[in-house]
Amino acid sequence: MIKLTNVSREYPRRGYALRDISFHVKKGEFAFLTGHSGSGKSTTLRLIHMVDRPTAGEVRVSGYSSELLSSREVWKVRRRVGYVFQDFRLLPNRTAMENVAFVLEVTGTPRKEIVPRAQRLLSQVGLAPKAGAMVNELSGGEQQRVAIARALANDPFVLLADEPTGNLDDRATRGVMDLFWEINARGMAVLMATHDLELVRRHARSRVLELDNGCLVYDSQQEA
Amino acid sequence: MYALREALAAFRRAPVLTGLSSAMVGAALFVLGLFGLATYNLHLALSAIEERVEIVVYLKDDARQSEIDQAEKDLGGMEEVAGVHYISKREALAKAKAELPEFADLFAAAEVNPLPQSLEVELRPDSRNRDVVERISQRAGAYPFVEDVRYGREWVDKLFTLRRVGAVTTAVLGGAFLLVAALIIGTALRIALFARREEIHVMRLVGAKNGFIRRPFLLEGAMAGLLGGLLAWGFTYATYRVVYAYLFAVAWIPGGWIFAGLLGGGLFGALASGLAIRRHLRDL
Repeated sequence: MIKLTNVSREYPRRGYALRDISFHVKKGEFAFLTGHSGSGKSTTLRLIHMVDRPTAGEVRVSGYSSELLSSREVWKVRRRVGYVFQDFRLLPNRTAMENVAFVLEVTGTPRKEIVPRAQRLLSQVGLAPKAGAMVNELSGGEQQRVAIARALANDPFVLLADEPTGNLDDRATRGVMDLFWEINARGMAVLMATHDLELVRRHARSRVLELDNGCLVYDSQQEA
Repeated sequence: MYALREALAAFRRAPVLTGLSSAMVGAALFVLGLFGLATYNLHLALSAIEERVEIVVYLKDDARQSEIDQAEKDLGGMEEVAGVHYISKREALAKAKAELPEFADLFAAAEVNPLPQSLEVELRPDSRNRDVVERISQRAGAYPFVEDVRYGREWVDKLFTLRRVGAVTTAVLGGAFLLVAALIIGTALRIALFARREEIHVMRLVGAKNGFIRRPFLLEGAMAGLLGGLLAWGFTYATYRVVYAYLFAVAWIPGGWIFAGLLGGGLFGALASGLAIRRHLRDL
């Protein structure tokens, strides 16, 4: 699934963002990636999504190795990994339906399947009634649901979420977290980066990976 | 199909931005069009003057007809020569009387025809240059029965200097205008692309292939370039009409140049877009 082996990422000016970290996320697992701002959470997700490459070590995602995959082939990994951002990153001048349909269209889904699949995805995140609304007319929680529907469009095996509740109030946070649990319950792995320890405590049964200053300092699975 | 739909949709979604890109491309190509119009007319004017480049071989009065015929044949056989015409003393006098009526009395009073017989050597259009003129003049001058060879050396020298200056100016100014046009078009399309960076980001994020992302932008760039080319054509034609009607007679540029301009605009738009998107694709 996702396997990081002795991964380091060093930037010319900033120095080490990650230092010799190794972990393995298995199929259907729910894991929190925690740590302070600047601890390396986002860098880890970027390496898994192959937006960035490690300066040492290897990242393997669904059989694709960071050492072997060329930048032209990165799309293969991206279609296997869904990504949800704190700031949603939706296309502002389009409806919720168009945002989801856009992903299906650009990844080569046959035209006649696009609308029914987009509708199904929006139903899955509880937004079917608002499919025709422009995204900037939706609340933060609703926008994040559209972003999750979009991330699910390619039927990935894992969802990466980078502080997905960071811009949401408590109620919206609960709704979005419930949605992540539902998705996970259907067999999809979730790796969520968050600095919100309260959120992690509320879901104590899940795995926790803690980063500090670029080093993996705690893995609840190994603790157990 | 998706690429074409998206490229057209981009025009619909942001008509002001794409309109501005096309207008900027149009303005840049308009300057090139005006330059083309001026260059083409300068070329026509110089060509008209060049047509008058001719070598006149004056013959001695005692030259035998067989020698003249042989020289006419020799010179006429050279590949740069379009034709050789023999002008007898009598024809020369008639021509002089017709062309110089103010000296008619002088010619009438002369007991002997003072004008020499000659051979007029006409050159092929692509051979009207100084080297050819000098070579043929030297060859004609080598005949013992030739009195003199004239081709207006100073005048030909000036003409060819003017031609060379024109060619260098065209190359330098044309290159500069082209570079400025390239920068303007590139900037205009980069602005249009910047406005859609979120879309590109999302496409990369969800695993769209690079070629798939690139195609609509290449088409959009080509369409903006083509539209700009059409605008430039319209403006250049309007300028030509105004100059023709109110200033002086000028010739309209040939269809091939216009076609090349439109095609160039389209290709340039696609190229500028392609280069701009390359950076976006590399960054993500």
